[in-house]
Amino acid sequence: MNGFVVENRIWDQEECLPRNELTALQTARLKETVARVGKVPFYRDALGKAGVTADSIRSLDDLRRLPFTTKDDLRNYYPLGMLAVDRKEVARYHGSSGTTGKPTMVAYTKKDLEHWANLCARFLTGGGLRPEHSVQIAFGYGLFTGGFGLHYGVERVGASVIPVSAGNTPKQIMLMLDMQIDALVCTPSYALTLSEFIIQNDIPRSALNLKYAHFGGEPWTEDLRTRIEAEMGILCFNNYGLSEVIGPGVSGECAARNGMHISEDAFIVECINPETLEPVPPGEEGELVFTSLCKEAMPIIRYRTRDIASLNPEPCACGRTTVRMGRVTGRSDDMMIIKGVNVYPSQIEQALLRVDGTAPHYQIEIDRPDRRDIVTVKVELTEKSFSASMKEMQELRERIDHAIHGITGLRMNVELVSPNTLDRFVGKAQRVVDHRKKV
Amino acid sequence: MKLKQLSVFLENKPGRLRELCALLADNGINIITLSLADTEQFGILRLIIKEYERAKSLLEGKGFVAKLTDVIAVEVKDEPGGLSRILQIEQEAGISVEYMYAFTIKSGENAVLLFRFDDMDKALDALQASGMGVLHSLELYQRAES
Repeated sequence: MNGFVVENRIWDQEECLPRNELTALQTARLKETVARVGKVPFYRDALGKAGVTADSIRSLDDLRRLPFTTKDDLRNYYPLGMLAVDRKEVARYHGSSGTTGKPTMVAYTKKDLEHWANLCARFLTGGGLRPEHSVQIAFGYGLFTGGFGLHYGVERVGASVIPVSAGNTPKQIMLMLDMQIDALVCTPSYALTLSEFIIQNDIPRSALNLKYAHFGGEPWTEDLRTRIEAEMGILCFNNYGLSEVIGPGVSGECAARNGMHISEDAFIVECINPETLEPVPPGEEGELVFTSLCKEAMPIIRYRTRDIASLNPEPCACGRTTVRMGRVTGRSDDMMIIKGVNVYPSQIEQALLRVDGTAPHYQIEIDRPDRRDIVTVKVELTEKSFSASMKEMQELRERIDHAIHGITGLRMNVELVSPNTLDRFVGKAQRVVDHRKKV
Repeated sequence: MKLKQLSVFLENKPGRLRELCALLADNGINIITLSLADTEQFGILRLIIKEYERAKSLLEGKGFVAKLTDVIAVEVKDEPGGLSRILQIEQEAGISVEYMYAFTIKSGENAVLLFRFDDMDKALDALQASGMGVLHSLELYQRAES
């Protein structure tokens, strides 16, 4: 370690409201949000069915009368069916990260963008960012909310941004050295790649001025934190967000690094059992559900994130009164995050169905042997797809590879196996074997 | 004049080939000849068997993928130049060999070459026009048994 210490600093007073004031603020803002979503056909119908009006909201208990929103609902209203303002009010659009299929589009008014930058400024400040620092942003800039979200958060704090975007590792390290960068923003897996490059090129720790990093965009572990901190000699902070809710800035760690403070003046969080939809007791893991309280362009009611984590309502040493969420430990659906890209097994199935003669029996194995995600898709052959010609068999593999790449944007190893050798499932299929979890 | 080859997909897993051979042996099925093409991941076993239909259903019953493929058998003298002559005929006819394998007949004088060409009908015409000894299936089985 380089001995860098982050002193506790709070960005704004909304992070430290007494619980009764926070509850009153949330209730008033929930009422406003319910009124605002009256313009969105999906919510107008759902609220009508549930018999809820803005006026009938009297306390936070009324939240449970509101309908859930799922990813499928957002897909059904692609691209802008969930917009609650006129298009001319929209200042920027982003999209869900990932695949080459249709993304989920999200929209921001000018006020939303200011609000979002403020939320990012909060966790960045909590995690060490000071106006005199320079921050290298190695998140992708584009539809993905990570790059731009953090960019404006850093500017809001008054620090300087080096918007390198993702990729080109040698250039990242060159700038990190030459510009004597203080802080890094990227995914934890990209940090590993950067660290590996530093080690391979014998760059001495003393040549770097890097003090800390803010990681997000994918789940990671305490073990990984320990490893990156030891290798790079920096402090690593975790933050969380998703485009459907706002992007990064939903929550982030403070100097205590013991859970991520959720900006509760901006979001109401629930933690539910994904089967029964009932709340789970504090400290127990469940699916996180968020309701936005300040968003104008695309307010969202009870969005089911599918992310599994626990909530900790205990007061934190830093003085913030907001509830903290633990690391995301899994998903309540089958989404995989591979090289930072969201992939669903159903997309593999879709790809296989495009290749003539392949059966929809497949299994996905993910490994990270050398710090890079390696995905193997095992596909069962059929009599139709089997050929005695080696050339045709290799072509079959290539066709499957192309189809998977076309849909997911990722290259995977395709392995052909005999029929009936993969597990058959009764009920919910377990098609993904993720060996990375051991790390 | 084309004959049937039984092609079987083999995963590169220990014991898979032995399992297949044991299954045929237990059912009294003799392999006349075979060839195995393999990659790192999988292999394709090509079998010449008299009772190919029965062998196919036995294998399928045990979860193998098997398929019947047309091949051409040519009988040549077991001496230098036998294969070269056939390849010359096919090259002149503009046909390529996809794969081939061979075995010698017990009597020791002749060899049987098995071919899969990219254009099987054209290949057969070219061979017959050149007077090559193309075997039909019964002839092949007789040669193998004699």
